Amino acid sequence: MERGDTPVTAGRRARPVVLVALTGAVLAALCLASLALGARAIPLDQVVQALTGHVPGPGGQAAENVVWSVRVPRTVLGVAAGVALGLSGALMQALTRNPLADPGVLGVTAGASFAIVLSITVLGVGSLFGYIWFGFAGALAASVFVYMLGRLGRSGLTPVKLALAGVAVTALLSSLTGAIVLTDPEPLNRYRYWSAGSLASQDAGVVWRILPFLAAGTVLAMACAPALNSLSLGEDVATALGRRLGLVRLQGVTAVMLLTGGAVAVIGPIVFIGLVVPHVARVLATRAGIGPDHRWLLPLAALISPCLLLAADITGRLVARPSEIQAGVLMAFIGGPFFIAMVRRRKLAEV
Amino acid sequence: MPDPRTDGAAVTAARGLAPRPFRVAVPPVSGVLRPRLLLVCAALVAVTFVVFCWNVAVGDYPITLTGVMKALAGVGDPGTLLVVRELRLPRALVGLLAGVAFGVSGAVFQTVTRNPLASPDMIGLTQGAGTAVVASIVLGWDGGLGPQTLALLGTLLTAVLVYTLAWRGGTTGYRVILVGIGVSWICTSVTDFLVARGGKFQAQAALGWLVGNLNGRDIDEAVPLALALVVLLPVTLALTRHLRTLQLGDDVATGLGVAVQPARLALLLAAVGLVAFGVAAAGPVAFVALAAPQIAQRLAGTAMPPPVTAGVTGALVVLGADLATRTIVPGAEVPVGIVTGVLGAPVLLWLLIRANRAGSGG
Repeated sequence: MERGDTPVTAGRRARPVVLVALTGAVLAALCLASLALGARAIPLDQVVQALTGHVPGPGGQAAENVVWSVRVPRTVLGVAAGVALGLSGALMQALTRNPLADPGVLGVTAGASFAIVLSITVLGVGSLFGYIWFGFAGALAASVFVYMLGRLGRSGLTPVKLALAGVAVTALLSSLTGAIVLTDPEPLNRYRYWSAGSLASQDAGVVWRILPFLAAGTVLAMACAPALNSLSLGEDVATALGRRLGLVRLQGVTAVMLLTGGAVAVIGPIVFIGLVVPHVARVLATRAGIGPDHRWLLPLAALISPCLLLAADITGRLVARPSEIQAGVLMAFIGGPFFIAMVRRRKLAEV
Repeated sequence: MPDPRTDGAAVTAARGLAPRPFRVAVPPVSGVLRPRLLLVCAALVAVTFVVFCWNVAVGDYPITLTGVMKALAGVGDPGTLLVVRELRLPRALVGLLAGVAFGVSGAVFQTVTRNPLASPDMIGLTQGAGTAVVASIVLGWDGGLGPQTLALLGTLLTAVLVYTLAWRGGTTGYRVILVGIGVSWICTSVTDFLVARGGKFQAQAALGWLVGNLNGRDIDEAVPLALALVVLLPVTLALTRHLRTLQLGDDVATGLGVAVQPARLALLLAAVGLVAFGVAAAGPVAFVALAAPQIAQRLAGTAMPPPVTAGVTGALVVLGADLATRTIVPGAEVPVGIVTGVLGAPVLLWLLIRANRAGSGG
């Protein structure tokens, strides 16, 4: 909502900036930790030297290699995918006005997964860059389908109907995915690593090439923010305020498609992060006295989400050394109880 | 006369076709007799019997349908008798009994929660079983329990977890479903992790189990399931008299003198027991518990899934799907759960669309 004529004091304007800066600082610290920690810990000064020039002394070359060829792509991927999943979660919750919305719960992730598996097995697409297009198409088809399913009926779009539609579509798609994967043993190996959701084992080239798509999705998402503020007052009010809801939804769904499709293609289906992050962002914004203003909520979600994903990834690397636990598994452990806690609240408030 | 229990178009359509139910009172017994329900049930039993025999007949050593029936009656040459009794009968029995268990259990779940989408595979019970079994396959240690007992324990533990988490001074159908969805996500991600962690062959074995399978099922699987059904089915059916009251809503049911929470808990426990033993024997055969009660309800033209008919439908679905995998792609040994999954998923979507249209989807 526009503030309009209300005089805005310097103090009030500074608050959101401070909050965003603080979250950004946490993210930066986590990025450094992600570069330094792992099966082989590298001292922070060596990490900085590797990033800026080269590491002196014996073993310097090895440390440089680890940082540049393994940890940098992994960290960049964590940040990019985290931003994408957090933003699409926040966007979906605002668009559907549903506190349980999440690309995983609403079947978008399953749509992308199914399309990708289909492209691997049926069309023989071998490279990640080949099947990312299928990821987009699957994410788009699933999100539109689930949304239509949830809207059917007298009462319109309710949180429970939308969640059920998402679970139903997920069940359908995952049984089809299972049918394909089980009858063709070769893709099974690739599929089972990918389906657990991990930041590991992606080569650097792939990571850089996915970035433009995620960036485009991010820009589109941010551009939705003022309209989302109007929408949070209700569809009628938003229309009365001059928002063209069809256009806003189209823009939102395109952003969700780009963000979720791209993220799922590279790191696999990670559920719940898009569910948790917007709630955390709202709580933080309320505490800081900003209120539910999507022009600040979206950037906050975009910063908190990679923090969570990187933290899960680093934890997964450290607890099971020298092997690791996929970030997707840890996210489900954080997100599942969160989802249940949300459901247990007396009233499922609309966003 | 509009009936408060009916929900939407299917029932309205069915009412035109169905012979009207009538009340029979021959003291000391009285009850409502539904001619169409009885007719449908009898027809389903007959079809299921034929499919069952056909199931036994198909294989490397083909036997005619009449040969199978004779062998079942104990007549025939020793070779056929051996093949039927030792090799094929146990497998078909597992399919039959698991189908009954899934169907009855699904009917109870759907009626108690008053939602056609509430089935054991939607609320995480079968996923819990899957996590337990896959853990034992991948970690290579089952504590001497074997996959059957593990699946049983996994299902029961998950059920307790979902019910406890959904409890807040009572439970409502929707909270059970949504909490179940959360729990099922957690179980699925643990399973995914274990599958990714395991070796290639372990992964294949685990995924093969996860999809629900009758291949290589034996008398060892059939006997515990049969015993469980002997105990649980009468209990469940005795409790179903509360179902009709519970479906009127908690307030009405309380007003009619039903202790709502204990009745619901007892029914859910019986239904969970049924599905647990079914999964233990045949694996989590997808969508049977969801689709069978709905098919039965539509065939019988009742307002809610009829438990016995749903059980027979479940058996027919599992046996039919198993037959389809073996006759359409001979030798490929496609797990039965793939067929039920691929056929059941559209049923699920259609249900969702119908539930939403009628305004009862949420």
